[in-house]
Amino acid sequence: MATHGNTDTSVVVIVGSGAGGGTLANELCQKGVNVVVLEAGARESTGTFINDEWASFEQLAWRDRRTSSGSWRLATDFPNLPVWVCKTVGGSTTHWSGCSLRMREHEFNARRVYGDIDGANLLDWPLSLGELEAFYESAEAKMGVTRTNGIPGLPGNNNFKVFYNGAKRVGYDDCHTGRLAINSRPRDGRPACQQLGFCSQGCKTGAKWSTLYTEIPAAQATGRLDLRPGCHASRIEHDKTGKVTGVIYFDPNGNEQRQLARVVCVAGNAIETPRLLLMSESSQFPDGLANGSGEVGRNYQRHTTGTVYATFNEPVHMYRGATVAGIISAESDHRPERGFAAGYQLETVSVGLPSIASFLDPGGWGRKVTEAIDDYANMAALWIIGEDLPQSDNRITLNDNEKDQWGLPVPNIHYDDHANDIAMRNHGFRQGSAIYDAIGARRIIQSPPFPSTHNMGTCRMSEDPLFGVVNKWGQAHEVPNLFISDGSQFTTSAAVNPTLTIVALAIRQADWIALEMGRRTI
Amino acid sequence: MTTRRAFIRTSGTIAGVLSLSSTSIIALAPARAWALELDALTTVQGQTLLLLTRHIFPHDTLDDAVYALVVKDLDTAAADPHVAKLLVDGINSLDATTDGKWLDLSSERQLQIVESIASDPFFEKVRSTAVVSLYNNELAFAHFGYEGSSFEKGGYLNRGFDDLDWLPPPPVEASPQP
Repeated sequence: MATHGNTDTSVVVIVGSGAGGGTLANELCQKGVNVVVLEAGARESTGTFINDEWASFEQLAWRDRRTSSGSWRLATDFPNLPVWVCKTVGGSTTHWSGCSLRMREHEFNARRVYGDIDGANLLDWPLSLGELEAFYESAEAKMGVTRTNGIPGLPGNNNFKVFYNGAKRVGYDDCHTGRLAINSRPRDGRPACQQLGFCSQGCKTGAKWSTLYTEIPAAQATGRLDLRPGCHASRIEHDKTGKVTGVIYFDPNGNEQRQLARVVCVAGNAIETPRLLLMSESSQFPDGLANGSGEVGRNYQRHTTGTVYATFNEPVHMYRGATVAGIISAESDHRPERGFAAGYQLETVSVGLPSIASFLDPGGWGRKVTEAIDDYANMAALWIIGEDLPQSDNRITLNDNEKDQWGLPVPNIHYDDHANDIAMRNHGFRQGSAIYDAIGARRIIQSPPFPSTHNMGTCRMSEDPLFGVVNKWGQAHEVPNLFISDGSQFTTSAAVNPTLTIVALAIRQADWIALEMGRRTI
Repeated sequence: MTTRRAFIRTSGTIAGVLSLSSTSIIALAPARAWALELDALTTVQGQTLLLLTRHIFPHDTLDDAVYALVVKDLDTAAADPHVAKLLVDGINSLDATTDGKWLDLSSERQLQIVESIASDPFFEKVRSTAVVSLYNNELAFAHFGYEGSSFEKGGYLNRGFDDLDWLPPPPVEASPQP
């Protein structure tokens, strides 16, 4: 493990160690680049992860204060926790389900395919599926995605059996146990899945891919990575030419430090990433670093989601085994005749007893909540995950009325559901309910979104610098040695879990950064 | 305004005996009789909060011993004088809406009064505590049939993750063998 000096101007500084930051760090180190990773959270391990929903939440989740506004229900249900991401080495790859689907061609061309939709700020990605395909292949091989690279699918659990049988009855013939970055066979020094059922609490066997125990140790083995846990970035500095020069951060003792840098890459998830740019305003960048377009923080997307729970006369025990144990992609096409643009996936999901009452009917009480919980052992569940549309006013701003533990303004997250999102969610609720109804569900409950784990779009890629923050390499239009390396750079949200695409983009971005450093353009 | 010292002086106990029908919980308990010492709340206040929680999250066959865990967490939170005041004032407000003690009313009338205070901070304090405390404990796990932590038992791979037999098994293309 390397230690790079704070005044070493040759290093690449990466803020965040999740899917984007952790992968980028390893890829750069493998190419001989010296890297400093500033990670706000602590370093846990498979040994310290906890098979307990609330205790694990306290261990891994980003719990710093946030505020929310807008018509989305999360602003009412979880006003100070509208987003569920992680503050720990490995970021939200400790928490993710492992679901690894590629974006599809139409999703890269949302503006062209979906057309001009009132209230939406749609834009096509400045890159095509074809340009990303080779990197998707690298990402799938790296992560060991099932049903790719000759890796068999995972066996379905009880929750999947219910899902599959219902899907078949309503005519979905593409239901299977999905493409997951969870080992179905021992691979890459990690064991096969033992169906623990705590995918989202940090996988204690390490069967699920996380940068914590794959990319980061691989990067450290090169001797080029200086990983600094417990370090919270607060400002990116620049010189008179408009190039970034380093990052100010609070070290684990709460002292401010300055790490100089040749290149800065921000991968703090789509709330913290624009927050850091907005906090880095200066006389040269009065609206925030790299924000001449005014798009930093805007177009916040979080997927159109909802959960359908169903109870049956017989036992299910949905919590046994993989959380996302199966998928139906038949609704992921763009078929406007359904009454909305874009599409969605249906995926199984499970919620343990400790948090079921919090999510089944947030804020609810009485028999309508408890009668379903009485049937907890006989309950199955699925999750809707659809493409939501970028809207200019769905955005992250600095809330100057509230400060965090470092005295920094907390981020406010504003989100109004678009009519398209609502129509899609209702369609998903109907289809999800039909799946369970078809096999004799006794009771069906349609529940509103969980706090968002998929967060995208707040520093989006654009061909034209007027309409976005970064180019097709994730490089800031206005600041050549500043990169965005997480889901913030997504131009649109696509109906797939974002991690695989974040990893593919990070692999591609590493090639570009190394190339540009070699050319001395950055 | 009542001081915290007054609460300490008037602290109480709530107690009960596990119902014979609570078989899954009896299996975990050292004895059928249980008691909870309260630091901040009186016995009647504890009993009121327990019954209020039963109205908020009613599970007819869930033993009072599990609801008492919610009272325990509220009692702990009441070490903070602001929380103590919120709870005591809230309990008093339940009684104030009637001629007699809320505890002595019929279940239907109790529920009507609970509905009338459902937007009060007091109600939300009890609800938001109960939504975690009532379900996040071994007794509730046993009652509702949740098996919880699995790593130390080798996961569910050999403990029923795919034992559902009331539907046809999916084909191996959709769901490969373990």
